Amino acid sequence: MNIGLEQYLIVSGLLFCFGLLGVVVRRNLLIMYMGLELMLNAANLALVAFSRFNNNLDGQLMVFFIITVAAAEVAVGLALIVALYRKRRSAHVEDLTTLKL
Amino acid sequence: MNIHALPWFILFLPLAAAVAITFFTQRNKTASAALSIAAVITSFALSVVLFVKLSGETLPNPETFNLPWLHVGNLYVDFGIKLDQLSLLMLLVVTGVGSAIHIYSFGYMHDDRGFSRYFAALGLFTFSMLGIVLAANFVQMFIFWELVGVSSYLLIGHWYERPSAAEACKKAFLTNRVGDFGFLLGILLVWSTLGSINFGTLDDMLKDNPAALGTAATAAGLLLFCGCVGKSAQFPLHVWLPDAMEGPTPVSALIHAATMVAAGVYMLCRVFFLFTPDALSVIAWIGGGTALLAALMAVQQSDIKRILAYSTLSQLGYMVMAVGLGGPASAMYHLTTHAFFKALLFLGAGSVIHALHHEQDIWKMGGLKAKLPITFWTFLVATLALCGVPPLSGYFSKDEILALALGKNQALFAVAAFVALLTTFYMFRLVFVAFTGPAKSQARDHAHESPAVMTWPLIFLAVLTVVAGFIGIDERYADVLGKPALGNHNVAVIFGLSAFLIGLFAAWKLYANALSDPIPAASSRLASLLRNKFYFDELYAKIIACTQEALATAADWFDRWIIADLAVRGAHGTTELTGRALRLLQTGNLQTYAFLFVTGVVVLLYVVLR
Repeated sequence: MNIGLEQYLIVSGLLFCFGLLGVVVRRNLLIMYMGLELMLNAANLALVAFSRFNNNLDGQLMVFFIITVAAAEVAVGLALIVALYRKRRSAHVEDLTTLKL
Repeated sequence: MNIHALPWFILFLPLAAAVAITFFTQRNKTASAALSIAAVITSFALSVVLFVKLSGETLPNPETFNLPWLHVGNLYVDFGIKLDQLSLLMLLVVTGVGSAIHIYSFGYMHDDRGFSRYFAALGLFTFSMLGIVLAANFVQMFIFWELVGVSSYLLIGHWYERPSAAEACKKAFLTNRVGDFGFLLGILLVWSTLGSINFGTLDDMLKDNPAALGTAATAAGLLLFCGCVGKSAQFPLHVWLPDAMEGPTPVSALIHAATMVAAGVYMLCRVFFLFTPDALSVIAWIGGGTALLAALMAVQQSDIKRILAYSTLSQLGYMVMAVGLGGPASAMYHLTTHAFFKALLFLGAGSVIHALHHEQDIWKMGGLKAKLPITFWTFLVATLALCGVPPLSGYFSKDEILALALGKNQALFAVAAFVALLTTFYMFRLVFVAFTGPAKSQARDHAHESPAVMTWPLIFLAVLTVVAGFIGIDERYADVLGKPALGNHNVAVIFGLSAFLIGLFAAWKLYANALSDPIPAASSRLASLLRNKFYFDELYAKIIACTQEALATAADWFDRWIIADLAVRGAHGTTELTGRALRLLQTGNLQTYAFLFVTGVVVLLYVVLR
């Protein structure tokens, strides 16, 4: 079986959907966070695949940036979650509804 | 002095007096009266000079007196002075009768607290009335027309602390406004059709092309007539005049008998060239109807001034009818003689009221002939003139109107003759009950003749009443307004005199020795119908109340349901509902937001990529 761009994109889309499902369905902030990362990496995979099949390095360049920014973002995000956990003694989204009136 | 300056002096002297009194002599009664009387007498003297100088020669072109005043677009309003025989004679009437009444007022009002205010208002009135007389165009006339209304309001409400006077002046003003609205519309209609408001220009235009007004002609005439209906108190706006008797008696004499109420008739004669035959026949019938109604109402009044007020209404009806029958000269003639004898009647009534310490009910008078000889004899002269007895002035003018009606419209002639009969009846009822019959109260014993300052004006007016028929007033009016086509004079005279004799006989039979009115005993329903003026006041009150009630209910409904509910609460409710609906989306749950966000993105993507 010949593996082409389509297959990469399908994998990337599936990863994205799983990540989204994780974000929307799971209640634990950490798990949701992992879902987010999964979505980011799905996007990365799609970019790399495009880059490879179009013979253009721009996409891979973009991926490096995304990885870098995602690393920084993970640091900030985890720090926020830790801070939140210390304050609320919980990392569940049901307990974090103070945005509601 | 240049003769062109005289009309300006005549016009503005009374105003100057009014201003001076208001600003400087409020506290000094004698000075106020002196200023006002001097101003009006000077105006009278200047009018005589003007009259004598101009009567022989052809009149100067009226345009020479014009001052440009207002210019907007293609509307040119001049402040002009229209001098012809009509305005010259009217000037004499207004200033002459005005002078007599100013002097009389000095005696009549001497104890009044508002003495200076009274004379200031009288000056303002004289100014406004002269303004109407001299006006050269519609706008100018309308301005003075309203000023006359204002001064009439001030003078009717002179004793404003009395609720009835306060009500009466409001009623007079508002009723007049109804008529004035029509007048204004008429002026606008004439202006928009012909493009001019100048009496002279309009006259020339209509002479060149009688159909210039086209289809608007009758409407314009009738709208202008509305002004006359208000000011001259014609049916159906006649209700204000009897109530206006709440003012001081000299005011009733000057404004509500001799001059202001005649302004409507004067205006009709001034713009007579505008009226179409249709408009004229409406005018004639309204005049005749007013004459008849008012004469009937006068029969059962017991207040001396109200009898005279209804008599004034009735005579004004005569004049309007004469205009409607195509005889403006006859109308002006009757206006002039009527000004003399009706002012005299009112001043006589004032003298009686003064002598009896403000008793106005004729059934509490009686036997005043011996106590008030001058008043009685002058009053009798005026009464006979009003009834049309030769050789007094009223005979000539009334006879002319009767002859005019005989020639033009037999039905109106019958009405006019019947009104003449009623006139004699109610006037001699008044004379018999108040002056010659037995005394009906103690007040009569203490009565005494009024001071000379009040009796001399009576004598002056009595002389005018006697001679006015012989000095060719009718000729002069006929010169400017055209000679009316009269019917058979002799028939008119016979009818007029027999009406007088029948009326006199009936009054003598019923009232010569009466202590109370026999008519209510004989026919109480008829009497109360007449005494209550055919219930016009009540009817109007009902109509106005109903209309107002309906309007108020409709407005209330509109306000309550449309504005408050639909507009205000509707807007508020929609916002609130939308807010509530949108609030349901705000769960505060992170994942809901994420989900909605994603859904949004999906929808967007679908829309974009489709």
